[in-house]
Amino acid sequence: MFASCADPSTLEGLSWLLCYLTSGKHILFYISIGTVLTLLVITAPAALAFGFGGAMAARSQFAPLRWIGKAYTSMVRGVPDIIFFLFVPIALDQLFEFIRHKAKCPDWDQPIWQGSDFVVCPAAKLPLSTSEQWVHETYGFFMAVLAFAIVFGAFAANVIYGAMNAVPRAQMETAEAYGMSHRQAFRRILVPQMWVYALPGLSNLWMILIKATPLLFVLGVRDIVYWARELGGSKTSAYEYPHPDWRLYYFLALLAFYLIMTSLSERVLRRISARLSKGQATMAGEQQRKAAA
Amino acid sequence: MTCWETFEAYGLRSIGLGERLLPKTGFTLCEHVVLIGSGLVWNLYFGILALFFGFFLANAVALAKASANPWLRKPAEWFIYVFRGSPLFIQFFLAYETFVLLPRAGIDIPLGFTTITIATSWLSKAWAGALLVLFLNTAAYSAEIFYGALRSVPKGDIEAADAYGMSGWSRFRRILWPTMLRLAWPAYTNEAIFLFHATTLVFFSGFPSFQQRGDSLYYANYFASQTFNPFIAYPVIAIYFILLTLIVITLFGIVNRRLNRHLPQANRSRIRLRPQLIR
Repeated sequence: MFASCADPSTLEGLSWLLCYLTSGKHILFYISIGTVLTLLVITAPAALAFGFGGAMAARSQFAPLRWIGKAYTSMVRGVPDIIFFLFVPIALDQLFEFIRHKAKCPDWDQPIWQGSDFVVCPAAKLPLSTSEQWVHETYGFFMAVLAFAIVFGAFAANVIYGAMNAVPRAQMETAEAYGMSHRQAFRRILVPQMWVYALPGLSNLWMILIKATPLLFVLGVRDIVYWARELGGSKTSAYEYPHPDWRLYYFLALLAFYLIMTSLSERVLRRISARLSKGQATMAGEQQRKAAA
Repeated sequence: MTCWETFEAYGLRSIGLGERLLPKTGFTLCEHVVLIGSGLVWNLYFGILALFFGFFLANAVALAKASANPWLRKPAEWFIYVFRGSPLFIQFFLAYETFVLLPRAGIDIPLGFTTITIATSWLSKAWAGALLVLFLNTAAYSAEIFYGALRSVPKGDIEAADAYGMSGWSRFRRILWPTMLRLAWPAYTNEAIFLFHATTLVFFSGFPSFQQRGDSLYYANYFASQTFNPFIAYPVIAIYFILLTLIVITLFGIVNRRLNRHLPQANRSRIRLRPQLIR
């Protein structure tokens, strides 16, 4: 990166460390922090949308839809989430390829399941085998995001379903007395009031989501765990910057990164909670009113 | 091979008994069920032992956090903060890298008249190293639960104990602790469930599996990667874990009933499953 880093073998001490920490591979490591943050930024709203959909389905008047919603919300309770993280990407990948296979190659006569292989016609491959490396990586990341959104959507659906039930019944009855339709009451009365009840659960979920991001490594994405292992491993003198096994320090850095992330979020969430409680008929809202008076 | 023969060959494969080689081709449903079930031994081992030892440490840490003495309170607060604020996955990696760096021959501790050598190589094995991490992790999570419960012990209970002339240890042993446990139990049940779920992370996080002896998810992943078919192996392990969860809920429910037995029916706390405590 710097001109003085052209020949690392002549460097020593701090300047060596500075050059080492700005080498090409380390830049990739810092970019992978961006990968983690991107995952959080995309997954959080996606999971919220999935959760909202799941909670609405679980409240539906239409029985089959309600069963699907209930099954979705209870799916994460008994089964470890990592199983879903391993299962969902492969299963969805095969589903997508199967649909494309049916659409693109109607006259393919060989079976798709051949012993221990899943074979679709070349045109149906996802991504196409001719596409570039970054397409493959983006596709892998997209699948990971989808897996996270589905699993955390199920958690969020639990929280939102509970929050919708926690809104006082009298509020809905008043809405009905004013002649609002079911839909109007849902949109104007239930949804605006439910957030304050959902917030403790959702903030908890956000913490869980932060702490689940290292699982990207299990999904084969080159995230910070991947780079920490890669960069920290002992390097012989064949490398530009030889050093012994430093993985311990890299993982200590990751530990610090996650501790900072969680404690920062805790502070922000506490503020949001205070903001949302303003003027609400809850204990926290009442305390704020008394403190101000 | 009949299913019984498969069971004899692979039923205890995860602890190194029976057939050496894992099945390579022509996987049957029976092989899936037997091998993944044999891996469950490890999940039970990690879960039960970590939970058992973690319970005692959690009580101690919760009391330390509630203590007025900052020399006790601060370390307890930091312990809980570090283990609850960081992913278990990273904790596993960090612990493994630390244990690997320990000298292979052991650490010599000179005691003046003699020198004792503490063997350290076993710590980098999953059975000890991962257990240690899970033990500390569950202790931190449970300590926070117990601390919260300790703070919500009704004031009236403590005043009544004072009025009876109880203090110190006997007040804690007979009034505070049982009430704390009763209040904490529903949340602690959740903690136990998610601890069992967390045991599946062990072999995905640095700790190598010796001679392909792994836990249930290790074998499920093996099958899924060999057959490229996720639709058998993962549902099998999912059913195992649903059963395990139901067993945990039943056992903890029995304890919960005992803890609540002196209360009128309406005041008893019920166990509600909430996905609150994943790490």
